[in-house]
Amino acid sequence: MAVKMHILVCGGTGCSASASREIISELNKEIVAHDLTDFAKVVVTGCFGFCERGPIVKIIPDNTFYTRVKPSDAKEIIEEHIIKGRKVQRLLYVAPDTNQSVSDSKHMEFYKKQVRIALRNCGFIDPENIEEAIARDGYAALGKCLTEMTPEQVIAEIKKSGLRGRGGAGFPTGLKWEIASKSRPGEQKYVVCNADEGDPGAFMDRSLLEGDPHSILEAMAICGYCIGANNGLIYIRAEYPLAIHRLQVAIKQAKEYGLLGKDILGTGFDFDIELRYGAGAFVCGEETALIHSMEGKRGEPTFKPPFPAQSGYLGKPTNVNNVETYANIPVIINKGADWFASIGTEKSKGTKVFALAGKINNVGLIEVPMGITLREIIYEIGGGIKDGKKFKAVQTGGPSGGCLTEKHLDTPIDYDSLVAAGSMMGSGGMIVMDEDDCMVAIAKFYLGFTVDESCGKCTPCRVGNRRLLEILTRITDGKGTMKDLEDLKNLSAVIKDTALCGLGQTSPNPVLSTINNFWDEYVEHVVDKKCRAGQCKALKKYTIDPAKCKGCTACARACPVSAISGTVKNPHVINQLDCIKCGTCVEKCKFGAITVQ
Amino acid sequence: MDKIKNLADLRKMKESMQGRMSMRENSDSSEAIIQIKVGMATSGIASGAKETMSYLISELDKRQIKALVMQVGDMGYSYAEPTVEVTIPGKDPVVFGEVKIPRAKEIIEKYIMEGELIEGILPANYRSI
Amino acid sequence: MDTIKLTIDNRAVEVPKGTTILKAAEQMGIRIPTLCHFELDGLALENRPGGCRVCVVEVVGRRNLAPACITECMPDMVVKTNSFRALNARRTVLELMLSDHPNDCLQCPKSGKCELQTLAAEMGIREIPFQGRMSQYKKEFSPSIVRDANKCIMCRRCESVCHEYQSVGAIGAVERGFPAVVSTAFGKGLIDTNCVFCGQCVAVCPTGALAEVDNTGKILRDIANPDLKTCVQVAPAVRVALGEEFGMPAGSIVTGKIAAALKAIGFDYVFDTDWSADLTIMEEGTEVIGRLKAYLAGDKDVKIPVMTSCCPAWVNFYEKFYPELRDYPSTAKSPQGMFGATVKTYFADKIGVPRKKLVCVSVMPCVAKKYECEREELGVNGDPDVNYSITTRELARLIKICNIDFNSLPEAEFDSPLGMSTGAAVIFGATGGVMEAALRTAVEVLTGKTLPRIDFEEVRGLDGVREATIPVPGVADLKVAVVYGLKNARTIMEQIKAGNCPYHFVEVMACPGGCIDGAGQPYHHGDASIIKARHAAIYEADRRMPLRKSHENPEIQAIYKEFYGKPCSEKSHHLLHTLYFDKKIKFDLEN
Repeated sequence: MAVKMHILVCGGTGCSASASREIISELNKEIVAHDLTDFAKVVVTGCFGFCERGPIVKIIPDNTFYTRVKPSDAKEIIEEHIIKGRKVQRLLYVAPDTNQSVSDSKHMEFYKKQVRIALRNCGFIDPENIEEAIARDGYAALGKCLTEMTPEQVIAEIKKSGLRGRGGAGFPTGLKWEIASKSRPGEQKYVVCNADEGDPGAFMDRSLLEGDPHSILEAMAICGYCIGANNGLIYIRAEYPLAIHRLQVAIKQAKEYGLLGKDILGTGFDFDIELRYGAGAFVCGEETALIHSMEGKRGEPTFKPPFPAQSGYLGKPTNVNNVETYANIPVIINKGADWFASIGTEKSKGTKVFALAGKINNVGLIEVPMGITLREIIYEIGGGIKDGKKFKAVQTGGPSGGCLTEKHLDTPIDYDSLVAAGSMMGSGGMIVMDEDDCMVAIAKFYLGFTVDESCGKCTPCRVGNRRLLEILTRITDGKGTMKDLEDLKNLSAVIKDTALCGLGQTSPNPVLSTINNFWDEYVEHVVDKKCRAGQCKALKKYTIDPAKCKGCTACARACPVSAISGTVKNPHVINQLDCIKCGTCVEKCKFGAITVQ
Repeated sequence: MDKIKNLADLRKMKESMQGRMSMRENSDSSEAIIQIKVGMATSGIASGAKETMSYLISELDKRQIKALVMQVGDMGYSYAEPTVEVTIPGKDPVVFGEVKIPRAKEIIEKYIMEGELIEGILPANYRSI
Repeated sequence: MDTIKLTIDNRAVEVPKGTTILKAAEQMGIRIPTLCHFELDGLALENRPGGCRVCVVEVVGRRNLAPACITECMPDMVVKTNSFRALNARRTVLELMLSDHPNDCLQCPKSGKCELQTLAAEMGIREIPFQGRMSQYKKEFSPSIVRDANKCIMCRRCESVCHEYQSVGAIGAVERGFPAVVSTAFGKGLIDTNCVFCGQCVAVCPTGALAEVDNTGKILRDIANPDLKTCVQVAPAVRVALGEEFGMPAGSIVTGKIAAALKAIGFDYVFDTDWSADLTIMEEGTEVIGRLKAYLAGDKDVKIPVMTSCCPAWVNFYEKFYPELRDYPSTAKSPQGMFGATVKTYFADKIGVPRKKLVCVSVMPCVAKKYECEREELGVNGDPDVNYSITTRELARLIKICNIDFNSLPEAEFDSPLGMSTGAAVIFGATGGVMEAALRTAVEVLTGKTLPRIDFEEVRGLDGVREATIPVPGVADLKVAVVYGLKNARTIMEQIKAGNCPYHFVEVMACPGGCIDGAGQPYHHGDASIIKARHAAIYEADRRMPLRKSHENPEIQAIYKEFYGKPCSEKSHHLLHTLYFDKKIKFDLEN
């Protein structure tokens, strides 16, 4: 006889910490006791993302959702629910707004935390089959625009939707299109898709292009219709071979189906899209640098104005938008600006895709409505901090962003609130840090990235960031002074004030935001020569506790630089001047006599 | 394939596809066959999704189980790649994480053939519009 | 014209729309320092990358500071050029730049002429608060140019002239981030690139990153060698520029002082390249007339237009970029080359010194001439016709090294027999000069009549491309073009390739305005009025000459009588004409 009922128990870290293992063993005990092994089965699952109310138990097939289950509840769940089919009322989730208990997880507000608009087709359709895209309203928005709307109406709709650029700075998309449409009418123009995703740890655009390439093609054609362009270019980094392949397949199919090319849908509108490959330079995400790179020139930014809308690719009016921005366009046209504008906050509409990473349980690609709090993202969607550690900070906006801390956990996330908190939306990298992360080292990491990725055109970015990095390195090496901290602040301010492009102007943000939020940690590094997270190797101090040392000589024999002296059966001593802080001695010591500070 | 010449053509195609897709969106249809989606974005492939997918296809074939195995994009569960979503007609879709070959075998033998859930279920925590 | 009203440093100003903050401030007597910004008004040369960030100013209400050199004035803008925020940022940017700049000003070839050094002095930099890694690039030597990339501040002026002005593209920014620097593709030596050694990169470089190869030491050594006889020639454009190195106003004509200074330095024979410029006109003019006559007679094999060949960077350009068209330029050697060939044969015999014991030095406004000296075909068995070429700047250094007070030096004459010249020769120093000099002789020869007017105003001027139709009664309407800047020359070469070049005779010079702004001239730091003053001085020198047509030069007439026979004779073909080679650069990506 096949199993009829399944009892799903959350095996995520949060729930495990709150005794889900005991619950499982209790449930299994009860199943055996009631001779139900053929009828019901306990299954451990991944995190439900509802750790705040863990441990979670879910009964299938009726989708009953129990929260804060204790091992002692197992008996009741089996006897009442499994055997008698009666739900255990006291364990049901109580919806905070209605104060009603909710039994069916499908109706729980919680599951709406993530709303997939841009990612609507990702993980749902076969990206290499245009017919599946069409079945999911693919190219319907383009058809609607071409047959029922004027370019002005489309632009008005986009403006009304409140969509802002998802590449980082959040410029209103409709306004951008309007400027491009009014620029030098009648001339050749270009629609460019910026797929030069470069933030460390970010893969939103890649996933979108791999999972739903047709939405991007469709949106670019709509943009072409609006601004009066017949040519589209996708600037994509060559390190994204799968995304490139899927785009090539999609473009080929769209042309075969007559949805790109000449006389689309019999409307007389022509639009073609080509790919342009980048070599993976972060700065080429800056639109002027991207355009230069596409022209075959050195990928470095130029001063704006002129903006690309005035003079872009080959000197022609050009509209550049990011992949995720385009992904939202067809939905806005199909569902209407009002629908889109109903999601999000006052000034930031719709959703945002984040690549959630770092010290978090559910690393992944998420799409959440603007206005969600960091707490919801980290603890509910992300399943909390790994290994039950303490949350310390979350880095948003990549190398241009900053660190947000505990005090920002309940701030609704949108473009403006993030800037106000000293970070930025960026393209959507979100890296969670715990107590083991040293904030000086984090600032150093991001700055190291910018130093590598700077194009070298302007002095503050080329030399200034290098000098900032050198100061940070001195601090993490234990050679920092209080003057270094002052220099950090001043130099950061000047770089922000004088750098040529967005990359340089924002490059000191990780430094400034960590200084603002973790000043004490900086001072500790400089004054006490101490790294509380234990990340800065040079600041570690290894000592042998003479009371615990048995004089076994294991550490002295293992030390690669012979920094440990002592005689057999007598306590050993580490010569601090010679010690290279490799940690080998700690591993070798069987008595736990060696401590690290 | 004939070109889609106008909006009416496009709508017609959408409707003709709808049947196939609605089965996927709403799995209550009884004639529907089992659908298996494998997350085949870069991250999925890097964690072995290709091997999982080819195993599923050949194994289902061997056992003469009629099922549609298809590649899709990123499902979002980066921490548990490769991910596979199985929809048995009449039931809610179930997503399994970390589906390497042993777990794929288990999915076929336990879930698809017996209807029995196995470990590695990932609770879906988003809704798609 | 639309104008814009704004406030700069609490003063109202009205400027035409499109004016930058830098220019608007300049009009008000506010000097905002710049480094990367560079432009030669009226000579179509500019570099405005907005990269150095030294010119940042505060614009009230703006989030960050604005670079004055590229930010256009907007209505009601309130600009503060000396607020603490702007001054602090400017100083910090300069300190950053200096923190990656060698501290070897004392030995630097640009010392005293360096814009970075000047700016640091003006800003009163006393220490550099930032220490850290410094760039470590190797110095690179080529026949003409020395590159010291450690001194590169990424202003990109050199890149702009090399790409935009000359269409050569030998150097450009490579690498990114801190190691970003202007260099050649794959770090090759300049000699292995498309570089034509025009040296305009040296002329515009604000620091010591680019400099000429210095030959002054070798010259002093040879002068002191009792076994050697030394002779020197001075190019036309040198005499209107050298005075600047001694504090004289631009455009001072110092021909007599140069002759005196060279004698004081100790050269045995002080001659004039102007003499061989006249000789060039005889040879090249005769070639033009010959080719033109054949062309007009219907000869399909003759190559028209004839192009001048006295600019060594231009010669390098067509050898490297258009070797297939190398039959178009005249085979006549440059004046420097003709001088060298004559000195090492005719003159060496005359004074009874073997050519190996006779050292020929040229003073040129040019760095490409150094490369020309090294051409194998311009020498005999490894003994070059011209041993060394030095620039105007090097001559100034020689004069100073030799304790000569140039300003109080009495004027002297050039020696004979290679010292006398005409006005036609001196105008070789400015764009259009070779054309005009050739016309003065060719038109007279073609028509057999004395010219009613000597000044061919239609080919003068400072526009990059000038064309004119010169009626030659009884022969043809001669269509001529004068261009400077190799980008303009490229246009003509493309016309020839496409078969639609409308000209009979074309003059090409690589440098802005011709040799007056050659890369060996005193630095003008972007002040176009200096070049204009030199330009005017060249024509003034022409006017002052008693003889103004090359064929009337008695020393030229004498050498034909005595040595060469007639223009384009067998002997002159052997000594005064040359060959061009296919030097197209083939980039081998494997190596």
